[in-house]
Amino acid sequence: MENERATRHLRYSITLAIFAGLFVVLFIMNINLGSVSVQIKDIFQILFFQGGSETDYGIIWKLRLPRMMASIILGGALSLSGFLLQTFFNNPIAGPYVLGISSGAKLMVAIVMVMVLSKYHTVSSGVLIAAAFVGAMISMGFVLLVARAVERSSMLIVSGVMIGYICSAITDFVITFADDASIVNLHSWSRGSFSGTSWENVRVMAVVVLITSVIAFLMSKPIGAYQLGESYAQNMGVNIKWFRVMLVLLSSVLCACVTAFAGPISFVGIAVPHLVKSFLKTSKPLIVIPVCFLGGAIFCLGCDLIARTILAPTELSISSVTAVLGAPIVIGIMLKQRARG
Amino acid sequence: MGYFFYTKQLTVGYNGKPLIKDIEIQLGKGQILTLIGPNGSGKSTILKTITKHLKSIYGTVYIDNQSIDDMSNKDMSYKVAVVLTERLKTELMTCEDVVATGRYPYTGMLGILSEQDRFQVRNAMELVNAWELKDRDFTQVSDGQRQRVLLARAICQEPQIIVLDEPTSFLDVRYELELLNILRTMAEKQNITVIMSLHELDMAQKISDLVMCVKGEYITHFGSPQEIFQRELINELYELSNGSYNPLFGSFEMERPKGEPKVFVIAGGGTGIAEYRTLQKKRIPFVTGILHENDIDYQVACDLASEVFFEKRFERIGEGVYQSALQRLKSCDTVINCLKSYGEMNERNKELYEKAISQGLKIVESAEAL
Repeated sequence: MENERATRHLRYSITLAIFAGLFVVLFIMNINLGSVSVQIKDIFQILFFQGGSETDYGIIWKLRLPRMMASIILGGALSLSGFLLQTFFNNPIAGPYVLGISSGAKLMVAIVMVMVLSKYHTVSSGVLIAAAFVGAMISMGFVLLVARAVERSSMLIVSGVMIGYICSAITDFVITFADDASIVNLHSWSRGSFSGTSWENVRVMAVVVLITSVIAFLMSKPIGAYQLGESYAQNMGVNIKWFRVMLVLLSSVLCACVTAFAGPISFVGIAVPHLVKSFLKTSKPLIVIPVCFLGGAIFCLGCDLIARTILAPTELSISSVTAVLGAPIVIGIMLKQRARG
Repeated sequence: MGYFFYTKQLTVGYNGKPLIKDIEIQLGKGQILTLIGPNGSGKSTILKTITKHLKSIYGTVYIDNQSIDDMSNKDMSYKVAVVLTERLKTELMTCEDVVATGRYPYTGMLGILSEQDRFQVRNAMELVNAWELKDRDFTQVSDGQRQRVLLARAICQEPQIIVLDEPTSFLDVRYELELLNILRTMAEKQNITVIMSLHELDMAQKISDLVMCVKGEYITHFGSPQEIFQRELINELYELSNGSYNPLFGSFEMERPKGEPKVFVIAGGGTGIAEYRTLQKKRIPFVTGILHENDIDYQVACDLASEVFFEKRFERIGEGVYQSALQRLKSCDTVINCLKSYGEMNERNKELYEKAISQGLKIVESAEAL
C-alpha cells in the first residue's frame, strides 16, 4: 500500500514538473516570438528591470503579456469548465463548446455588443461577462431539458452541437446588421481570439476565474463523490440539489468569462481534462482540478503561439488551432469508449 | 416503539403515483430483512424510499426513532449505506479508491484520508476478501469482485443499516454464498441491520430473519421465513401455474407432464428423483410408488407424478395401498424400477416389481431408454 501510494505521488510530481517546465518554455517562447522577435537575454531585463528598447518594452508589456495572461487564465478556465461539465453529465466528451454553451454565450455577447456599440464606443468587461453568462445559462437550460428527456449520452452531445449551430447562425445574422466599425472587431472575436486583450480585461478575468476556480477546488470532495453517480453521492451525504446547481453555475461562469473575452474556443474543455487524467492516471478532483487548470493554460499558450506565428503576419483564429490539436483527442476518447463497450 | 427501524403507513411510488401502500416494517438491530416478489413488483422502489433516494408519497420511515424526512443526506450517511444494482461507470479509479469513498462522511473539507480512514478501508476490504484487488482498476474486475468491492465500500461507511438491491444478481454460487455469509456475520457481530431484495428464494429462506412479500398494491405477507416459505404462498406470490415451489428444498419443480400415465416408477430413498426429472424433460406422464411420506422422493413426486402411492411415515407398506398400486401398475405398459434392494419397510415394492415381470410389462433400467 505504501509502495503504491509512493508510486502515485511520484507520478503526480513528475507530471507537475513536466507541466511546469512546458509552461516556462512556452511562456518564454510567447514573449520571444512574433512579428518582432525579442532577444531572450532582453526578456529578463524587460520583465524585471523595465530595461530593453522602447519598442520591445511596449510590444511585450502592452501586447504580448496581456494576451498571454488571457491565454493562461482563459485556457485554465476552459479546461476546468470542461472537467466540471464532464463530471456533471458523467460523460467524457461533454464540454462547453460541444454542448453549445459557448455558442449561447457568444450569441448574447454579440447581441449586447451590437446594441451597445451602436450608441457608445466601448462596452465594459462586466457587461460582456454578464451577457455571456446569461447566454451560457440559456443554452445550459436547453441542454438540461434534453438531458432529462434522453438517456443516451450521444444524443446529449448531438443536441448540444445543434444548439451550437442555431446560436452561431443567429450570431452571424446579428453581425450582419452591425455597424461597419464594429464588424471587424466582432468578426475576429466571434471566431475566437486572444488578441486585443487589455490589462483591464486581464484584471477582470483574473478575479472572476480565480474566485470560481477556488470554489471549484474546494468542491473537490463532493465532485469526487459524484463521480460514482448521483445515488451513491447522495448516500455519502452530498446535498445533490445544491451540488448540481453549483456545478452548473461554476461551469457556466467559467465558460461565460472565456467567451466574453476571447469568443468561443473549441475542444480545450474536452481534450485537456482527458490528457491530464491519463497523465496522472487518476480522476481524483483534488489533484485533477489544479493540474487541469495548468494544463489548459499550457494548451492555450501553445495554441495561441501557433495561431499567431505559423502564418505570420496573418493570424489564425485560436479555435482553428485548438480544433486541429483537440479533435483527434476527442475521437480517440470515443474510440476508447467504444472498445470498452 | 422498541424497533430500531420501522415504517408507518409508508406509501411508495413514482411521480406521486402510489405503487405500494401502507407498508409497515419493523426491524431490530442486527436483523436481516429480505424483500421477495416478482420482477417489477416494487422491491427497488421500497428500497429507494428507505434510503431517501425517492420521496415517500405518504407515511414515514423511522431510523432510531427519527424520521428520515428530518434527516439531511449527511445525517443519513452515518446511518445507512447502500449497494445499488446500477452499473458504476468509474474512470481511472482503483478498487481501493472506490472503497475509500465510503469514508466520505468522516473526512475533512477536502476529503483527504487519514491513517485511521485507510485502516478502515483496509479492514472492510479484508472482510470481503477484496484486499488483493486494491490496485486493480474498478472497471477491470469481475462482477463478483465488483460486488464485493461495493459491499466493502458500504461497510467502511460504518453504517447501522446496509441496504442492498439484488446484491447477488451477477454472482456465481461461490460468491453468492460468500457475500451472504459476510452479511450474516456483520449482522451478528456488528449489529448491523440489513435490508435487501433477493431473487434467490432458497438463499432468502436461509439468510433472513424476516421476509416481506412484495406484490400488488399492499404488502400481503411479512414474517419469519418459516411463515413465508409455504408452498401455496410462494406459488401465489409468483403466480406459478406451470411449476411449483417446495419449501423444504426452497426450490422449484418444472410443470407436471400432462396426459394419461403409462409409466410406473418403483422408487424410494432418493432413487427416483433423477428418473422423475428425466421423465418430466421428456414430457412423459408417470405414476410412482410406493413411497413413504418422509421419503425425499415423495417431495419431488408430489410435484411431478400424475399420481403417487404412499404409505405413512415409518410404517410397513400396507395391503390397502399395495392393492391400489397394483391395479394402477396393470394399467401401465412400462415399469422403471429404481430399487436395487429392499428393506423391511418397503418389501412390497419387490412384490410389485415381480408382478410387473409376470404381467409381461416392459421393464426398463432408466427413463433415458424411453
